[in-house]
Amino acid sequence: MSDEGGTPPIGTRGEAGRGSPASSPSAAARSLAGRQPPRKPVVKAKAQQHPPADEAAVEPPPSGAAPRPPRGASGTRRLRSVTDADAAAAAAEAARRATGASDDIPGGIPLDDVLTAIAEAARRVMGSDWERRLATMLAALRTRLGGDYAVDEFGFDPQVVEVMAAAFEPIAEKWFRLQVRGIENIPVDGGALLVANHSGTVPVDGLMTGYAVKKHTDRNLRPLGADLVFSLPFVGQVARKMGATLACTDDAERLLRGGELAGVWPEGFKGIGKPFAERYKLQRFGRGGFVSSAMRAQVPIVPVSIVGAEEIYPLVGNVPSLARLLGLPYLPITPFFPLLGPLGLIPLPSKWIIEFGEPIRTDAYDPEAADDPMLLFNVTDQVRETIQQTLYTLLVERGNAFF
Amino acid sequence: MGRVVLVTGVSSVFASRFARALADLGEDAGISKVVGIDTMLPPGDIGGVKFVRADIRTPVVGKVIAVEDVDTVVHLDVTMPTRGRGGGAKERNVIGTMQLLAACQRSGIVRKLVLGSSTAVYGSSSRDPAMFTESLLARDGASRGFPKNIVEVESYLRGFARRRPDIIITTLRSAQVLHPEIDTPLRHYFANPVLPSALGFDPRLQFLHLDDAFAVLTQAVAHDRPGTFNLAGDGVLLLSQCARRLGRPVVPLPAVGLLSGARGVARALGADVSADLYRLLTYGRVVDTSALRDIFGYEPVHTTEQTFEEFRAASRPGMLAGMGTRT
Repeated sequence: MSDEGGTPPIGTRGEAGRGSPASSPSAAARSLAGRQPPRKPVVKAKAQQHPPADEAAVEPPPSGAAPRPPRGASGTRRLRSVTDADAAAAAAEAARRATGASDDIPGGIPLDDVLTAIAEAARRVMGSDWERRLATMLAALRTRLGGDYAVDEFGFDPQVVEVMAAAFEPIAEKWFRLQVRGIENIPVDGGALLVANHSGTVPVDGLMTGYAVKKHTDRNLRPLGADLVFSLPFVGQVARKMGATLACTDDAERLLRGGELAGVWPEGFKGIGKPFAERYKLQRFGRGGFVSSAMRAQVPIVPVSIVGAEEIYPLVGNVPSLARLLGLPYLPITPFFPLLGPLGLIPLPSKWIIEFGEPIRTDAYDPEAADDPMLLFNVTDQVRETIQQTLYTLLVERGNAFF
Repeated sequence: MGRVVLVTGVSSVFASRFARALADLGEDAGISKVVGIDTMLPPGDIGGVKFVRADIRTPVVGKVIAVEDVDTVVHLDVTMPTRGRGGGAKERNVIGTMQLLAACQRSGIVRKLVLGSSTAVYGSSSRDPAMFTESLLARDGASRGFPKNIVEVESYLRGFARRRPDIIITTLRSAQVLHPEIDTPLRHYFANPVLPSALGFDPRLQFLHLDDAFAVLTQAVAHDRPGTFNLAGDGVLLLSQCARRLGRPVVPLPAVGLLSGARGVARALGADVSADLYRLLTYGRVVDTSALRDIFGYEPVHTTEQTFEEFRAASRPGMLAGMGTRT
């Protein structure tokens, strides 16, 4: 113990407990007071914040607590002076920190920079006249919230279609790489009945056909849907707002007489829910109802062949019992659904081709010819064969489904 | 000698106002007397209408027809209950119509009958066509409640028409009148602070303006317009549009729940939706009024939207009224 009060022996590392608190502080206390060069820079930094170093022989560890009163009468005088000095120094330090922080340490991104960034982002997304466009959008939103917009008798809301078309554009163009052919076969005005093949487990082909028609002709396709669509919550509501209505002769004729473009998928659930192995083989093609509607309304039938929808959700299995329980026509199992959960809902990026074929005229027949079942079956077969042959041709042209 | 018109159900505001409007037309329009019949007193002043307190569910109605020399019967006592389950509604609607028709069949002087029917006869379901014409039948949703009653009432009337082909029968299937003073289920519904609706459905609704309703009924009394006609304002409004225009929040309730559990919640929020109205608020209903224009010869003056805007202007703005703009 000969070296007590001097340099701590090697190996003790200045730990506390090696001196008597009354006469000589321990090496730890001394190093805290700053008499010797401290070994840890952290301790140094904190010790420098207390300028009266020589008075701090009994200063407590810099834990921020009030100084412990030392024993003896002289302790009180020291204590008072230390406290006053400390208070003044702490106040000065606090004041210096407060001013210094706002001077040289940035307190966040300045508001101007934030505004500039927002404006720049808006310019990139919406173009140079973004302010006017944003104002228009907000005004449109307020009008929507006020309920001041028109829907027709079918519940068709043109504003919803505009938004949906914009939302589908990247999916159609970038994901499905959609090619559209024969757009000139869609009449510029007047009614026409678009008849297409149906596939893909989920009726994405209907949405894509509507998108293609909207983009290339700026006309609204009015799809005719099964009654299941309109009994499902949310689905039915959105379908009606997008212009769909029930696939029945009353609605079809009403639309066609009104000069609208109606779309029909006569295979229905038989086509959309068929196994992947039977892809691009047309199923039963309705019961000729679409032909009679077109004949009564005297509008042309445009055969539409859609290639690519079969591969988006390859249907490899079905759970008929669970589907019956849920009241659905089928419950699909694809290679990724339900295996990957919600990820399995992402459609596979197949290449799509939609070809609008040459219109089949019905105005050559009398409207009364719609009551001749044999004629209806013949025209139905003609449409079906046209679509089937076009599908084969398009499949050859497309090559690989994905690349 | 003008017509003597019997108007049933005059304890309702609609029928009593119509009876008075008819009486005010007077002899110039060929109407010499208007008799109102109901079990309860009509609300307010009925002017020149002669009120007879009698129950049309009893054979007394035959005596009234005989005593007053009634030659035209306007049956407006077929109404959808505005509140609750409407337990007595079937009794009044169906049995009352049966008794009234029996009395008319026996009478030798009745030569015209106008039935104030409802578009509820078409029911309401997901399998409905977008617009109902008069020749279409209900696909679903007419198996209980008021739609079932009204289907039965119309079937009795068809039987009556077969037995008395000499009587001119006009059936007016009207959408619900929307007017601040006329009691209809939709009027009560839109008066709620929050509007309970079916989760995931946004029905298309049609309303009828009071002026159009009176004009068509008057024309049916004054002229001979045999047949069945739909009666509604042009165009449609979605329930979401109506709620936004009123500024009242919609509270979507799941379909299975509203009839039982969630209905209690709706009631606690200050709203009561009967099963019939809930069905209408799920699937909606739109009718085609071209027969009214082409065959009946009346062009509705007010569209559905105008009717609703008039109603909105008269009602208190809802709690969200400041959120949107209207031009």
